[in-house]
Amino acid sequence: MQFSAFRALVRKDLVLYFSNRRALVMSILAPIVIAAFFGAIFGSGMDKPTRIPIAFADRDASALSKAVAAAVKGDAAFDVKEGDEAAGVALAREGKVRAAVVLPPGFGEQARQALVGGGAKPVVAVHYDPSQATALTLVRGLLSQHVMKALGDSLGGGANGAGTGADGERSEGGAGGMARPSAFSLPFTTEAVESTARTDRPYNGYAHSFAGMGVQFILFMGIEVGVGVLLARRLGLWKRLRAAPLSRTLLLGSHIASGAITALVLLAIIYAAAIGIFHVRIDGSVAGFVGIAIAFALLTSSFGLLIAAIGKTPEATRGLAIFATLVMVMLGGAWVPSFVFPPWLQTASLVVPTRWAVDGLDAMTWRGLGFHAAIAPIAMLLAFSALFAAIAIWRFDWEEPRS
Amino acid sequence: MLEARGLFKSYGDRAVVADLSLAVGAGEIVGLLGPNGAGKSTTVAMLCGLVAADRGEVFIGTGPSRLALDENAPAAKRRIGVVPQELSIYENLGAAANLELFGALYGLAGALLRERVDAALDLVGLADRARDKPQSFSGGMKRRLNIAAALVHDPDVLIFDEPTVGVDPQSRNAIFDNLETLRGRGKALLYTTHYMEEAERLCDRVVIMDHGHVVASDTLAGLYKRLPAVETLELEVEGAIDLPALVAATGVTRPMQDGTRLHVGVAELGRAAPQLLTWLAAHGHGVHRISSGRADLEDVFLSLTGRQLRD
Repeated sequence: MQFSAFRALVRKDLVLYFSNRRALVMSILAPIVIAAFFGAIFGSGMDKPTRIPIAFADRDASALSKAVAAAVKGDAAFDVKEGDEAAGVALAREGKVRAAVVLPPGFGEQARQALVGGGAKPVVAVHYDPSQATALTLVRGLLSQHVMKALGDSLGGGANGAGTGADGERSEGGAGGMARPSAFSLPFTTEAVESTARTDRPYNGYAHSFAGMGVQFILFMGIEVGVGVLLARRLGLWKRLRAAPLSRTLLLGSHIASGAITALVLLAIIYAAAIGIFHVRIDGSVAGFVGIAIAFALLTSSFGLLIAAIGKTPEATRGLAIFATLVMVMLGGAWVPSFVFPPWLQTASLVVPTRWAVDGLDAMTWRGLGFHAAIAPIAMLLAFSALFAAIAIWRFDWEEPRS
Repeated sequence: MLEARGLFKSYGDRAVVADLSLAVGAGEIVGLLGPNGAGKSTTVAMLCGLVAADRGEVFIGTGPSRLALDENAPAAKRRIGVVPQELSIYENLGAAANLELFGALYGLAGALLRERVDAALDLVGLADRARDKPQSFSGGMKRRLNIAAALVHDPDVLIFDEPTVGVDPQSRNAIFDNLETLRGRGKALLYTTHYMEEAERLCDRVVIMDHGHVVASDTLAGLYKRLPAVETLELEVEGAIDLPALVAATGVTRPMQDGTRLHVGVAELGRAAPQLLTWLAAHGHGVHRISSGRADLEDVFLSLTGRQLRD
């Protein structure tokens, strides 16, 4: 008696769960997709290591500095963008390179002197993106290796003259009859400089965290906008609204407006907390920040409407929408910064609107970029909003389900 | 005030409403009666402008102010109030706030809106709960607020789609009182239901639908005149009755047996009842209970379609 009841109850739960195909697909698909994402980022399945994008500026233009530049350029670990100091620093500040190495004027002579005679060491500035600081150690290490090798080549003379080091071959220690460079202290020092908006303001890691989490949870609010429309339809409220002398544009437009206003208010509160408690600053263009916030609010709202248009029941739609949102914020760099993605994924994630929102908010806060850096994110977010809204209007089922 | 001519609506190959015409005048309650699936909800949806008819027309008003719904939907809709079957109110907004919202949808604002909200709440007996949220209301109170939401813009035509579903008898009576008040104010009311007793109590005329068609449209008296017998007898009997033989011997009409329950129509109760009891006794059928009554809309529907209204 007790066992048959127990068995019937267990069987009932299993039948109910496995007959809900949407829930089943979610339970299976979600862990597979998320696991695949993190595996692709942190896993070891890549064919070759990712090349680190750096900028390199040679202000010395001596034989030694040219040899170092050539060696760095030829290093398989680096993807080098050459240019002047200002351009390199700008690239680092925009997050397009992880570091900008600047060899100062007189570098070659000073380094040679420091190595053999104990003169003053030249200072090599390494402007680095503080959100990608893990690259700094690697850049410093490989730079030291290339400088020492070039110095060794130049001091050793003969077949191992300055020019021979430019082929990018990495070697352990010097060449020819020269004492091993590693026996000496480094003939230069590096100065690590955070590429942030202001030199007097250190990088604040909360800035990116608030951008990512703000985007994620405001999108969750967008889901509620969509589910609210589905609930209104189920409860007959939609019928009453449609019976009123209102156009479809006005009805849907009101949902977009209210959703956008809500998103904007939430974003304002979240950033008020970030600024007030965690000292996040909008060091870039305030107008750009506001523009990105408005564009993202519209995106959230149109995303909600899209959910309402393609969803069937509130329950099933909420589950699928949360899954879609998690994928979007994951690819948008809200959880882990997009620079740790494999290169192909960094490129692919540009078709995800959250990537533009997170990058845009980063650019306007700690990166301290001007309004010009907000234009692309605003344009992309508005374009996605228009696309979502167009699909929503196209797919929206105006008539009530027939009883 | 409300007139539909030749409405037709199909989904795929199936005609849900076919050539439906009806009219509701000012100060009149017309019942739209039919079993589930008869096409009532689709008809209501077309009358409200929620669903476009494949063919046919809907007019609101009379004389120079008459409007065709499909030609001037916004103006026509302003003159219609809809009470959906579902509780179409926002549970988290106060009662007055709900009505202010629905009034605003019809262009009301300011003092006029507040006046109309107060009047609507007063009519449905919720004036003292204006600030309270519907989530704290009883089912009957929510139903009344659902009705008030359709009244706030003071429409000429009111369409009620089964407004008493799940309502207790006391609240149902309160709703009926509201409807009768509105009729007294000259409103045109279309009332869909599958409760015959509601239609019998409220409606001046009844339109009966089945399978998308209007099978009858008349006053209650006119509908009853179509019946071969206005009186009915219901008996609890033993054994299976030979119904053709019963009809031939006693002259009863439309006999139906469902288990021990025997239902017949009779022309003259005083003469038919003894004949019926005598015939049953003579054929060995014991009778345990007998009751008489007048024919109702159930009998009318049965007479018109050969099916029970509640099938």
